Amino acid sequence: MSDFPWQSAFEIRDQVAGGSASAIEVARAYLARAEALNPKLSCFLTIDHEGALAAAAQVDRAREAGEELGPLAGVPIALKDNLCTRGVRTTCASQILGEYIPPYDAHVVEALRASGAVILGKTNLDEFAMGSSNENSSFANVHNPWALGRAPGGSSGGSACATAAGLAPLALGSDTGGSVRQPAAFCGITAIKPTYGRVSRYGLVAFASSLDQIGPMARSVREASQLLQVIAGHDRRDATSADRQTGQYVAACDRGVKGLRVGVVRDLLDGLQEADVRARVEAALSALEKEGATLVDVSLPHAKHAVSVYYLIATAEASSNLARFDGIRYGLRVPGADLTETYTKTRAQGFGPEVRRRIMLGTYALSAGYYDAFYLKAQRVRTLIRRDYDTAFESCDVVCTPTTPTPAFALGEKTSNPLDMYLADIFTLPPSLAGLAAISTPCGLSASGLPIGLQLVAPPFEEEVLCSAGQVVEDGCGLVGSRPAALD
Amino acid sequence: MADAKITFEQVLHVAKLARLTLSDEEARQMQEQLDAILGYMEGLDELDVSNVPPTFHSIPMDAPMRPDVPERCSDRSEILEQAPESQSGGFAVPLVLEVE
Repeated sequence: MSDFPWQSAFEIRDQVAGGSASAIEVARAYLARAEALNPKLSCFLTIDHEGALAAAAQVDRAREAGEELGPLAGVPIALKDNLCTRGVRTTCASQILGEYIPPYDAHVVEALRASGAVILGKTNLDEFAMGSSNENSSFANVHNPWALGRAPGGSSGGSACATAAGLAPLALGSDTGGSVRQPAAFCGITAIKPTYGRVSRYGLVAFASSLDQIGPMARSVREASQLLQVIAGHDRRDATSADRQTGQYVAACDRGVKGLRVGVVRDLLDGLQEADVRARVEAALSALEKEGATLVDVSLPHAKHAVSVYYLIATAEASSNLARFDGIRYGLRVPGADLTETYTKTRAQGFGPEVRRRIMLGTYALSAGYYDAFYLKAQRVRTLIRRDYDTAFESCDVVCTPTTPTPAFALGEKTSNPLDMYLADIFTLPPSLAGLAAISTPCGLSASGLPIGLQLVAPPFEEEVLCSAGQVVEDGCGLVGSRPAALD
Repeated sequence: MADAKITFEQVLHVAKLARLTLSDEEARQMQEQLDAILGYMEGLDELDVSNVPPTFHSIPMDAPMRPDVPERCSDRSEILEQAPESQSGGFAVPLVLEVE
């Protein structure tokens, strides 16, 4: 195996298919690395040693039998622990599901198994995917591999960390308001938030059903595109899954950006407090321009309301979705004197502080007398945010902003002030509310050596253009080849 | 929304609706935090959206129909294995009705 652990998914697949490395050998090497570094990083909640070796052995047998190998044959992958895996515990980083073993695989897990991917284990997250720093995990804090005292981002912090630290070349996360893009930006990797409906959520534990999407994470745009290719497509088990042709995402990486109109939200960029973030974004824009893109000014006048809108809608939906955790059919049960007390005790002990806070906020926003003032009003302002994008896309093909206002903040920096934590999501929330496709890819390092992410947003089902533009940003100012310093 | 910020009593009421028990200390902290969040959300009041339709689904889609064909579902014993308590092939729950 050459260049372990930094080989790409394509290189691993080629080595396995060509016989220069066996899938078992690859799996053993990554498992050993994960087991060695996890005590330091806490990015895995479960390492499925046995399952990974069994999947790898199956790939090796298929190769020996001369069968055609899938596009991810022998490629190790890490899965966020809110994706159901048959026979492997799926916790959502919550005590209420601490020992839950799903009797079925999520759609994306089936797709990965069919592609020959080797699932290494399940990654840490903010409990039920609610958070922006991974500090809401009820098990452990994940550490950013670029600076161990900093947050990896959230909620897919474990997946981002594992990928950035070379514990797996690929990972899946889920994104409700930025949960693959923000940790990707903090950890210096690429993540795609597909259009709402592009990837089936069957088997993804629901947080906010009008927003949730599963997204690929990788150290390069091309690998993220390959992973999207494997998981995208219609699935009748998810009623919101779009019955539409998928794109040619890997091929799109080679198309360039000649003639592409890149919308720049000038007032957002000018309002940035962090000079480093602004400078790196400007450099990425220059790289796009140099390759033939044109920059046009666009505005998103209602984007500033996205935090309010999102934290009303997402919490309302969460309060409803999380009603299923009642201590009766699966998960934790804390017995009470009667049924009601069994419910309330189970939920009070089983859910952590942030999940309880969001259930409370959502229940309040939906409750009699407040529905119109909060929930319905938020849904109306959501329309204005969506219309902002409709207008922007009349004059551009993609909208560009930073992914986050700052590079990775310190662990503990925002935990005492929930609102402060929510405000850090300002750039990733608007495209989520509008259901759009988005990518975050690195556009350089800050003066203190922390990764900075660029976000590109495209109209519904136009993921291909994100792959093309993302590749140009990566070629011009990406971090492929840079290694997280904190691991040395 | 100006006077809609949440009181301690409202926090207790909402906790009851949400089937959560909060200690007095937890409820006080919750009230403070929700109050700050709801205060921030008053920023939405600067918009008049009375004539703007709500967006419940960001991507327009029809409710899809499929043929109603029976299929095998998961094995019952596998599902019950995950239950905190099961009995006679079903989920066991705390007593809801007194039986003579």
